[in-house]
This record gives sequence, C-alpha cells and structure tokens, in this order.
Amino acid sequence: MSVFFAILFYVATIVLVVGLALRIKTYVATPTWLKIPVTPAPLTKSGVAFRLFREVAFFESLFKSNRWIWIFAVLFHAGLALVILRHVRYFQADVWLVIELAQPFGIYGGMAMVAGLLGLWARRVVQQRIRYISGVSDHLMLALLVLIGVSGLSMKFVAHTDIIQVKAFFLGLMRFNIQELPADPNLMVHLVSVAVLMMIFPFSKLLHVAGVFFAPSRAQVDDAREKRHLAPWAAFMDDNR
Amino acid sequence: MADQKFETPAFREYREIPALQPDSMVHLQPFVAKPDHNKPLDFPGELVDNWEQKAVEKLGELLEKNKALRVYLDSCVKCGACTDKCHYFLGTKDPKNMPVARQDLLRSLYRRHFTLAGKIAPGLVGARDMTKELLDDWYKYFHQCSQCRRCSVFCPYGIDTAEISMAARDIMDHIGLGQKYCNEIICKVHVIGNNLGLPQPALLDTLEGLEEDVLDETDVEVKYPLDQEGADVLLVTPSADFFAEPHVDGLIGYGKVFHQAGINWTISSYASEAANFGMFIGSYEQMHKISNRIRQAALDLGVKRIVFGECGHAWRVAYAFLNTLAGPWDFLDPKYPVPQHMLEVTNDLIKRGAITLDPEANDDKVVTFHDSCNVARATRMGDMPDGQFIIPREVIKASVNKFVDMDPQTIHEKTFCCGGGGGLLTDDLMELRVKGALPRMEALKDVVDNHGVTHLAAICAICKSQFTKVMPYYGFSMDMVISVHQLVGDALQLGAKE
Ligand code: HEM
Ligand code: HEM
Ligand code: SF4
Ligand code: SF4
Repeated sequence: MSVFFAILFYVATIVLVVGLALRIKTYVATPTWLKIPVTPAPLTKSGVAFRLFREVAFFESLFKSNRWIWIFAVLFHAGLALVILRHVRYFQADVWLVIELAQPFGIYGGMAMVAGLLGLWARRVVQQRIRYISGVSDHLMLALLVLIGVSGLSMKFVAHTDIIQVKAFFLGLMRFNIQELPADPNLMVHLVSVAVLMMIFPFSKLLHVAGVFFAPSRAQVDDAREKRHLAPWAAFMDDNR
Repeated sequence: MADQKFETPAFREYREIPALQPDSMVHLQPFVAKPDHNKPLDFPGELVDNWEQKAVEKLGELLEKNKALRVYLDSCVKCGACTDKCHYFLGTKDPKNMPVARQDLLRSLYRRHFTLAGKIAPGLVGARDMTKELLDDWYKYFHQCSQCRRCSVFCPYGIDTAEISMAARDIMDHIGLGQKYCNEIICKVHVIGNNLGLPQPALLDTLEGLEEDVLDETDVEVKYPLDQEGADVLLVTPSADFFAEPHVDGLIGYGKVFHQAGINWTISSYASEAANFGMFIGSYEQMHKISNRIRQAALDLGVKRIVFGECGHAWRVAYAFLNTLAGPWDFLDPKYPVPQHMLEVTNDLIKRGAITLDPEANDDKVVTFHDSCNVARATRMGDMPDGQFIIPREVIKASVNKFVDMDPQTIHEKTFCCGGGGGLLTDDLMELRVKGALPRMEALKDVVDNHGVTHLAAICAICKSQFTKVMPYYGFSMDMVISVHQLVGDALQLGAKE
C-alpha cells in the first residue's frame, strides 16, 4: 500500500516537473513572429512585469470582462493558494512561521476553493454560452478538483486521519525512505486524485499557469518603433529584398 | 449568395446578450480565390489532393514560428469571459462567432495532432481530425472574424483570436483554399502598387484634379505631389483616399496641413498603398513583400521621413510591424519616429502653433469619434501609452467645437470594430458586415438621440467604406461619416501666416 503510493508520487512528481519544464522550454524557445502587444501596453519591461503581476494577482482582465466569473475564480484560486500554503507543513520537518500562521486560514481557503469551484461549475451548466464551449474534460477537471477539496475537508471535519503519520510518509519520500501511510479511505481518495492532477497538469488546460506569463499580447513591451524585432526564421528575407 | 435577403438586427434596448442561435451564419462564406489569384502569391491554385495532411504540416510549422499561437492554443481554460465580447456574435447570435468557439475550430485540430491528451482521448478534450466538415467551418468562421482583438482585451491570458484567424487563413492558403477578395487585391499590389489597381497616370490625374478643386475652393495653390524625388516626407496612404468618399476629403486635409506647415512631401506611385492585406491572410511573406515596396520607395525618392495616412490596420502594420518587416530605417532622419501617423504630425504642428485652426468652421457639426480597432488595440500614437486615444480626440477638438464621446464601454481599448475589417470588406459578406456593425450602431444611436451628433469621424479607410455602406441599413445617412483630416482641412487657416 505505502509502496504503491510512494511509486505513484514519485512518478507524478517526475511527470509534473519534467512535463512542465519541457513545455516552458518550448515557450521560451519559440520566437514571436511580430510585435503584438495588446495596447495600451507598457513602454518598459518593468511596466510589463507590473501588468503581468496584476493579471496573476488580481485577474485584472477578467475583472473587466465578467464579474461573476471573477468572483468565483478569485474564491477558487485564492482558496487554493491558502490551501497550498497550509499543506507545506507536510513537507517540512521544521515548519516556517508563515506556514504556521497560515494554518487556520487554510481551512477557510479549502471551503472557499470548493465554493468557487461549485460556482464555476454551476455557470458551466446553467449559462448557455459557457455550456456550449465546455467539453467533457472541462467538467472532469472541475470534478477532480472538487473531489480533492471535498476529500480534504472530510479529513478535517468528518473522519480525521493521522496527520503526523501522513507527514512522516511524505518527509520519508523526500529522503527516499518509505514510511507507513494511514489507510483511511478519504486520504486514499485525496492522494490518488492529487496524483492524477499532477500528472495531467502539463498536458491540459492547467498550462494556463505558464501561459499567463508567456502570452505575447500581454508580455511584450510596446516599443516596436524604437527596437527592431526580428524572428530568427525570418531574418533571411532581408537579404533578398 | 450576395443577394440573399437578410434582416438588419434590431437595436437591443438593454444591450442584452443574445441567446445562441446555432448555425445562424453557416450559409455565409466569401468567394473562394481562383488559381489566378493564388499562384502569383506562391499558393497552390486550388485545394491540393492531400490537403488534410498538408494542413496539419503547416500548422506544425506555424507552431514553431509563432509563440503566440502555441501559448494561446494551450492556455484557454474555457472560462467563457470572451463569449459575449465579439461584435459578430452580438450581431449574428451564431455560437461559432464566440471568440473561444472560433479558436476551438483550430484548437481541435491542434489537440488531435500536437497534444498527448488529444492523441489518446480525442473525445474527451474535443480533438478532431481534419475533415471536409471542419475545413468548411474554418473557411466560414475564420472569415467571420475581423481580427479586431476585442476578445483579447477581456481574456485573462490575452488570448488573441486574431492570431488564430490569421494562422488558420495562412494554413488554408497553403492548401489552396484562399479567399478571393484578399488574394486578388494582394496580386494587384504586387503588380501595380495599390489595392485598387490605380496606375501612375491615373494617380497623377486624380492628384491634379484635387489641386484644382482646392484652388477653386480656397484660392490657395496646395500641391499634391507624386513621385517627387528629394521630398522630405513620403506619405503612404490607403488608396481609397485617392477617390472614395469621404476618404478623399481626408487626403485633401493632409495636403493642406503639409502646405501650411511648409513641409515638402510626396506620394509614391510604387508604394501607393498603406494597407497591407498580407496581415489579413496571416502571411509573413506577403506582408514582407508589400512592406518592402515602401522601403524601396523611400530609398528611391530619397525622403527623410515616412508618414502614414488614416487607416486602421495599415497603421498596425506600420506602427508595430514595419520596423520588423522593412527596417532598419537608419537612412531616414533619426529625429522622427518611423513611421509617423499623420495625426501625430498634425497634432505636433497644432501644439507648436505651426498651423492655426478655426473650429468655428465646423460649427454646423456635432462630432463623435470611432476608435478603429487596430489603432486602439494594436498600436500607439505619440509617446504615452494612451496616445492613440488622446491624439485623435485632441486634433478633433482643435477642429470642432462640439465633440461628444460614445458609451465608454464602446470606445478606447473596448471599441467595437466597424464590422468590415480583417479582409471582410467585400460585398459577398454584406450580411455579416451589416450584422457585425450592430454594437457600434447602437452606441452611435445613443449619442445621436441624446446629444444631437451629426457626424461620425473615423481614421480608417475600411471603417469609412464600411460605415457609408451599412449605416443606411440602420436608418443613418451615409453622409454622417467623415475623415478626421477633413475636419482639420476645413478648420485650417490657409495662408494666414506669413
Ligand atoms: C499563476 C497562477 C494562476 C493564475 C494566474 C490562474 C488564473 C486563472 C484564471 C484567470 C482562470 C479563469 C477564471 C476561472 O474560470 O476560474 C483560471 C481558471 C482555472 N484555473 Fe487557474 N490560475 C492559476 C493557477 C492555477 C492552478 C495552480 C490550478 C490547478 C490546480 C488552476 C486551475 C484552474 C482551473 C481548473 C480553471 C478552470 C475553472 C473552470 O472550469 O471554470 N489554476 N485560472
Ligand atoms: C501530496 C500532496 C497532498 C497531501 C499529502 C495532502 C494531505 C492532506 C491532509 C492530510 C489533509 C487533512 C488536513 C487536516 O485534517 O487538517 C488535507 C486537506 C485538504 N487538502 Fe490536501 N493534500 C495534498 C495535496 C492537495 C492539493 C494539491 C490540494 C488542492 C488542489 C489539496 C486540497 C486540500 C483541501 C482543500 C483540504 C481541506 C482543507 C485543509 O485542511 O487545508 N490537497 N490534505
Ligand atoms: S478578433 Fe474581433 S472579430 Fe475576431 S473573434 Fe475576437 S472579437 Fe471577434
Ligand atoms: S476568455 Fe480566454 S480563457 Fe476564457 S474562454 Fe475566452 S479565450 Fe478561453
């Protein structure tokens, strides 16, 4: 049992890290053909960094375009961020103070995350336009995240698991030393679905996490007249004009 | 198809988002290019035999050349924020005109061939093989996108459907399925130098005619020079400016401004076109070829500056791409940005007091301004990020006493496309053009009813042509459309100095 989970998490981690790294490498390596920032755009690199920061931290464009999606999206993502902060304790022998302090908020984060997910899902079902553009995978993704959230919350509020032991297991994994994992069903569900999430990450729309930093419409500086941009594959054309 | 009956959409009282009407525009597609329009552009004459495979290969090539395409195809989370932002969706109710649904037509092929999920479980992630059915949808719906970038403004990742449409059109051209309107025009540019196919003698004739008209009207000898070597400024303007109404009044205005400021300028017959339809078909090669006519003309005439006339997508290619495509511009005067927009020139002259305007000359008008989509969301004017909104308004306000803006949700970076951009300004797509104009017409209706607006000023040849054609469908007179530089020209105090 513990061995199964140990292997599962080793594999999931490798898939996640290698898959994501390869994807990001492709993004970095692919040139942009032209200057295509959506204007008004910042005129400097630091301006662009600030623009991206606002997108990541506040979902600025989403706020402009759709208030309901924005509310649910922020509930979900902010909740997720808190939950992940709270989870760091399973991977640290000596838990940092920040993580310590985040513990109580993590619970609310968990609830917010699930509430946001359900809100987004409801829109996907009820809103005709969003229903039209939703595929099976879009529903499955929400189902998976809700499952993770609900199984996690059930460990807090319904059937406790031995957190000390869980922590020992994951600290052990990090030192290639397989420890015993509590055999609680809700923990099993939680961990299996987390591993699935990690493994589909580099192959699914979860790539938006990387995409948001690489989309040229937002990440380019508005300096086309000042600096000549030239894609390497296009350079040869200058010779025969 | 062109004479098919259709209904002009009704104004929406509360701007409600329409319920979906699947396939409401599935009957509409532009004329297909003939071999004669394709071959000169190095595209196959007609649909090649193994087009399914060729399309996938071309997509693979573009993915390696264009980061935007790759990132956009990967990143969409189907949040739905863009679904109600496209004027073509609002006007036609066809769900495939929702930006994300339009992207999905290409994304489905991408997923099938270039993603693991799509290879293993196509049904799960909406991956599809290239079929005749899919290709038909491509041809129809990628020609119902004006590449206006409005969707991109509202997407949390800035996913720009314009890039996707360009890629899809490029792929279609490479399998022999081109659009007649664009490809025919590009052929004309390569042979004659402009979209309308006006040869040098015709241009000369037109410009001389303008000189006579202006002399009759103002008693001032304003020159409209052609191919004049040694001029300081090369003016590159959309060829519609040479004769279409109300475009030509804009050209008259540029001439008056140059005359009054004492700037020595010329038009080139070799590069007598600002528009670059290579962008519409997503072809770097064609854009490059067309742009370099301008470089050649600048070298041949020995000018020091390049200035572009009023045109939306032309200004995009000029402002954002020209340095890439035809630069570097080290042989021009480094004091001026290359290229400049005519409005930047006029604005500077006004600010410096080098020309004087009397706005009372336009007191019979109440003017509003249409931000052209490509100027608003793909370019800039001046040296501050909002210059493309500020400078045209400053110039209009210097020329007219009564100016009113439309609903803030429909101007600046949120502006709605006129409905005719992106290579769709053709009679075979009239139904789409009329329906796509709905959101702009609604905003116009508001200011006409509430503020007595009499004129819609525009700075794009396509917007001007499109509006004059579709406004009558909505009960407006086509004479309402006016070039910004007509307002300038009419207010300009000619000969007042010296
Ligand atoms: C850099 C960090 C991230 C940013 C800026 C970001 C941004 C966004 C935005 C703007 C949306 C669209 C609104 C919505 O539908 O919620 C979205 C959707 C989504 N995000 Fe993220 N996200 C980030 C990280 C993550 C992570 C780590 C996960 C996964 C565990 C995730 C999972 C999702 C999912 C599943 C959706 C789609 C929700 C739906 O079906 O409506 N995101 N994200
Ligand atoms: C290897 C990774 C993970 C482990 C070992 C783990 C383990 C746990 C444990 C033991 C609990 C119960 C906490 C308690 O009873 O106080 C829990 C709760 C929870 N987990 Fe996880 N989890 C992991 C990853 C994730 C991920 C990736 C997510 C989100 C996508 C998530 C979401 C939650 C939520 C929402 C809760 C309930 C709220 C909370 O206690 O923070 N977990 N998890
Ligand atoms: S670019 Fe403009 S026309 Fe094309 S899908 Fe987006 S909003 Fe619609
Ligand atoms: S707004 Fe962007 S991420 Fe959301 S559905 Fe539209 S294209 Fe996809």
